[in-house]
Amino acid sequence: MKKFIFYAPIAAFLALAFVLWRGLYLDPTELPSVLIDKPMPSFVMTTVEGEPVSNADLPGRVFLLNVWGSYCLPCLVEHPTLMRLSEEGEFPVVGVNYRDRRLLALDWLDVNGDPFEYSILDEDGRFGIDLGVYGAPETFLVDGEGVIRYRHVGVLEENVWREVFMPAIAELRGALAPSR
Amino acid sequence: MYSPRLLLLTALLLAATPGFSQVDTFVFENDEQQQRFRQLSNELRCPMCQNANLTGSPGGVAEDLRREIHRMILAGNTDAEIEQFMFERYGDFIFYLPRLRADTVLLWFGPLLFLLLGGYIGWRIFRQASGNQQAASGVALDQAEKERLRRLLDDE
Repeated sequence: MKKFIFYAPIAAFLALAFVLWRGLYLDPTELPSVLIDKPMPSFVMTTVEGEPVSNADLPGRVFLLNVWGSYCLPCLVEHPTLMRLSEEGEFPVVGVNYRDRRLLALDWLDVNGDPFEYSILDEDGRFGIDLGVYGAPETFLVDGEGVIRYRHVGVLEENVWREVFMPAIAELRGALAPSR
Repeated sequence: MYSPRLLLLTALLLAATPGFSQVDTFVFENDEQQQRFRQLSNELRCPMCQNANLTGSPGGVAEDLRREIHRMILAGNTDAEIEQFMFERYGDFIFYLPRLRADTVLLWFGPLLFLLLGGYIGWRIFRQASGNQQAASGVALDQAEKERLRRLLDDE
């Protein structure tokens, strides 16, 4: 009993120190999405080009949903990655033009290149709310059934693609394979 | 050289610090709705700005969420429905007071747990210490020892 009393504060201190030390390395700006494993919210909207678009137009295979805006500098940083993915064609990229102006968005795509199958026009950010978006850029990984599997907040750099998205996609395929 | 009026004006301008709330021009049907709007945007946290409520945040998403609260209040949604709407999209982070669930129990009662643990350990240590003291003062002396003690005290 005496031993317990002697060691208990030390143990408590170590436990607390460990928890707080770990906390130093957590990124508080990266919030977990509550939409993981939930279907894409339903939408009937238009693209930046003015075409009608809804859930039925989503690619019937694993794709990326990238939230972007012409005002968004980090979006330019990840732009080459999206262009590469789009050129390779294995993973279609659908854009959500978030809290932007249509003409500015069109201009941005014209100047920088358009990696998107199409971009959903979300001028007032209402669709963004349904997605739990809080700022561009964000990228969702959506499976062939239209279920959201992963969300990345921030720039989708090549190393993020390699180290986060590729394993997530592999896991997704592994999970699907036995049932096929 | 400077007129007092100019100095006064400058002082007043410097004193006018910016208020910590965003000014929206929402129109409500009555005061109760406005009150509810104020309360909800004070109690919900802006997902983008880490530590500001929706009222105090200049962020784009906060602006959108305030607009959404306004729309839902006018549409006749209850506070609980609006909170649920936010929770389904932004999770626990949106609440300054997270909901009480299995995985938030520690958040709610963790401090109490630490207090109880600390109190218990403190009480044990205190009791042990006072126990030792009692034992020390309650030592019984036999006849020879009593005699020796008396002699020692008498020498003084």
